[in-house]
Amino acid sequence: MAFHKINLKINGVLEQVDVASNMTLLGMIREKLALTGTKNGCSAGECGACTVLMNGEPVNSCMVLAVECEGADIVTIEGLAHDGQLDPVQRAIIDSGGVQCGFCTPGILISARALLDRTPQPSDLEISEALVGNLCRCTGYLRIVDSIREASRM
Amino acid sequence: MATGTIKAKIPSPIGESKPRIDAQIKATGAATYADDIQFGVGLLHARIKRSPHPYARIKSIDVTKAKSLPGVKVVVTGEDFPGYIGLYLRDRHIFCRDYVRYVGDPVAGVAAVSEEVAEKAVELIDVEYEILEPVLDPEFGTSSNAPLIHPNLADYEVASFIFPKPGTNISNHFKIRKGDVESTWGKCAAIVERRYRVPHIQHVPIEPHVAIAKLEDDGKLTLWGSSQSPFAQRNLIAQCLGFSQSDIRVIAPYVGGGFGSKAGVSMESLAVVIALKVKGRPVKLLLTREEEFYTTFVRQGLVAYFKMGCDQNGKLLAMENTFYWDGGAYTEYGVNMTRAAGYSSSGPYEVPNVKTDSYCVYTNHPVTGPMRGFGMPELHAGLEQCIDELAREKGIDPVEFRRINCLKTGSILVTGNQMHPTGLPQCLEKVAEAIAWEKKAPPSAPNRRRGKGIAMMWKAPAMPPNAGSSAWVELTEDGRVNVGVGGQDLGQGAFTVSAQMAAAALGVPFEWVRVATPVDTRYSPYEWQTVASRLTWSMGNAIVNAASDARRQILDLVAEAWEENAENLDIINGVVVSYLSEREIPLKNMVIYGLPKPNDQGWMGGPIVGRGNFMPKYVTGLDSETGQGARAVVHYTTGVQAVEVEVDLDTGKVYVIRGVAAFDVGKAINPEMVKAQMEGGFVQGLSSALFESLQLKGGVVQNPSFVDYRIATSADVPSEIQTIIVEVPQDDGPWGARGIGEHAMVPTIPAIANAIYDAVGIRLEGPPFTSEKVFLGMLDAGVVK
Repeated sequence: MAFHKINLKINGVLEQVDVASNMTLLGMIREKLALTGTKNGCSAGECGACTVLMNGEPVNSCMVLAVECEGADIVTIEGLAHDGQLDPVQRAIIDSGGVQCGFCTPGILISARALLDRTPQPSDLEISEALVGNLCRCTGYLRIVDSIREASRM
Repeated sequence: MATGTIKAKIPSPIGESKPRIDAQIKATGAATYADDIQFGVGLLHARIKRSPHPYARIKSIDVTKAKSLPGVKVVVTGEDFPGYIGLYLRDRHIFCRDYVRYVGDPVAGVAAVSEEVAEKAVELIDVEYEILEPVLDPEFGTSSNAPLIHPNLADYEVASFIFPKPGTNISNHFKIRKGDVESTWGKCAAIVERRYRVPHIQHVPIEPHVAIAKLEDDGKLTLWGSSQSPFAQRNLIAQCLGFSQSDIRVIAPYVGGGFGSKAGVSMESLAVVIALKVKGRPVKLLLTREEEFYTTFVRQGLVAYFKMGCDQNGKLLAMENTFYWDGGAYTEYGVNMTRAAGYSSSGPYEVPNVKTDSYCVYTNHPVTGPMRGFGMPELHAGLEQCIDELAREKGIDPVEFRRINCLKTGSILVTGNQMHPTGLPQCLEKVAEAIAWEKKAPPSAPNRRRGKGIAMMWKAPAMPPNAGSSAWVELTEDGRVNVGVGGQDLGQGAFTVSAQMAAAALGVPFEWVRVATPVDTRYSPYEWQTVASRLTWSMGNAIVNAASDARRQILDLVAEAWEENAENLDIINGVVVSYLSEREIPLKNMVIYGLPKPNDQGWMGGPIVGRGNFMPKYVTGLDSETGQGARAVVHYTTGVQAVEVEVDLDTGKVYVIRGVAAFDVGKAINPEMVKAQMEGGFVQGLSSALFESLQLKGGVVQNPSFVDYRIATSADVPSEIQTIIVEVPQDDGPWGARGIGEHAMVPTIPAIANAIYDAVGIRLEGPPFTSEKVFLGMLDAGVVK
């Protein structure tokens, strides 16, 4: 197995990481950088729990190889809050009761942030469409949609 | 409460929608789940060699090639572990020893330096099988022609209230014989007979199962896992392996969804026995999503026959129910669902004559276990459709028919005892009103038909009669409070509600209370399991008792210091006050250091530790021939759901436009979290009604991925789910509370089925009501051409 040294920015910090050719972005985030807020739900790009921002776009980090991330700008759930201030999507999901078991929450918040960056005032339909790749088994989604609508008004 | 002064009123923060205490750490990624724990470079990774056959005899296992692969530390088979494990019926080995009984049954385990090496080693294990004829249908499984799956059923240890039939595939037969069904049919003005089939589904927690086990240098065992049941795991693993329970420590951090799949013991024991062979090394087993779909627990399948009849006025006279539960390869936990479905087999109705046979049947399907509702969604799926059909047969509106027959306070139950105070009739009225039952709205498009459906439910916590809870309450130097609990927060909000109840019972602000987590069997107080929607009620009682104990200690201390009667003292917002002398003293300092005696003559008091427990003591056995007894269960939570759907005539697609739910929770400790349970349960129910089925072909699951096994997404849910809380207090619940977690998905399948019937006049044999099945059903019925 070949190893590669890659340089990338994670949550605003430059990092240099040694990765095997077959290591995923998810594996690198969790195992090499100990950023365990990003969750592994299926390893197949189906559940969305591992969603991170890669150059501003939401990606399933289990479907991206770490070696593809040379020079990339990655934001994980740990990078959403700034200077001790929660991102509005975080604040809103807490206040609206959109968190239950919390395992899908990091991925959902990243998808929500990507949506609001793209579409600052989304309709409810746009919100639910932005979330179809993020499975949640606890909440029934309603409070999550509420919270993103709320965050868009903050 | 220690004082009489505040006894009558509900103290703050009971009934207030406090924010979840774990929401922020979950929303920032800081919450630790089992797979997030760092074990360093010593960690070994386990993979499992599994049976490719539904039923076969193991002729030989050759692990020599696997063992010699560099990086492999140990290969384990069933050879070294002869014990049986199980909750109610000890019918499974940890690794198979003689037979494999489902596709996925564990045959050998490997621990290696990486997952890749472990995976490769698994491929190098050669197993020779003699393939046997499998049982793939529960009804056939009960016949004398069926191959026997557990020939030594007679030898298994079994709980006193479970009745296996050795020499057959029936691992439990629960009977109700109430009144006389046979002589009643002739008196009925209308009779309906139906057959329904409910497929296996999977819980699908978004967090897969994970367990990390380590045999410590002193020979004791530590297990970290995503677990609903750390104490039950300690106990069952100890029993199976001959450990002292005191030498097993289970640490259970946040759980990323359970729904029953992480109750009891499933895959955890695999990690444990592998770890036993590599002393000092932690061994992690993290299931793949594919394994998640069929190697932990799945929900039981059901073939149900209902016959029910009513008199001229619509009063139910008789029911005859036969249930064949597809229990899968091992039914150590599933046998009790069969029992629960038996003693709940009338549904939430008063029926004078009932005959029920509920059979738990071994098949060569995946292992079934508890899932949210514990048999009730499956039972109600058919029963509540049958009720609708009987109502229509008699020409009575389905809501009116339910009004006539539903359980009311004091009704005689199917087990012969009386119904406790219940708000079921109120739930029915409120839901019928909210869905505007009498009004029919036009469809939103010409190629659609619109309909409404309603369904009721009841469910009791299904558990041993003496399942216990305990709690402790400690205070810190600044007067803040730590509450120790052994129940788990699976997302339902148990920790937040624990803090609310402790705050209220002690007399401190909610914000002062911390819950001592993660649950760790070494330090946390005993809790049977986080199942059965029992925590708010049972663990809640233990917390109230512990907080009341701490409160009494504090008030006694202050009473002594002030030379007053403790009866005149109270704790308000963390300050002890006297109603007599109007003196005040804050909790801080004195709850650790006590108080000085006058004139420097020494000290009184000491660190405050409150303890409390709760165990129901009144549940009796039921007669094994009639199912009758003095008190079958602790209580029933009841409720009603209604939906409005549209069915697309061109595609058969069912759109659930609106949902309404009302449940009698006794007392909502945290109303918004109760409503969140009702919403989430509704959507899980909707998902099981429209999409979900574990497709089994010859015992092989055909769809073990999220692409092929679809669950509801944000695009599938109605924009409105109206939730209504009804509060008829439970006599032994904290402030009257009873559970709500599971109930929220129990009536959803039949509510949707009844709405589909209302819209297009068809009924299907069972869920899921996929577009294809609905379209073909409409074609058969001539609704479309």
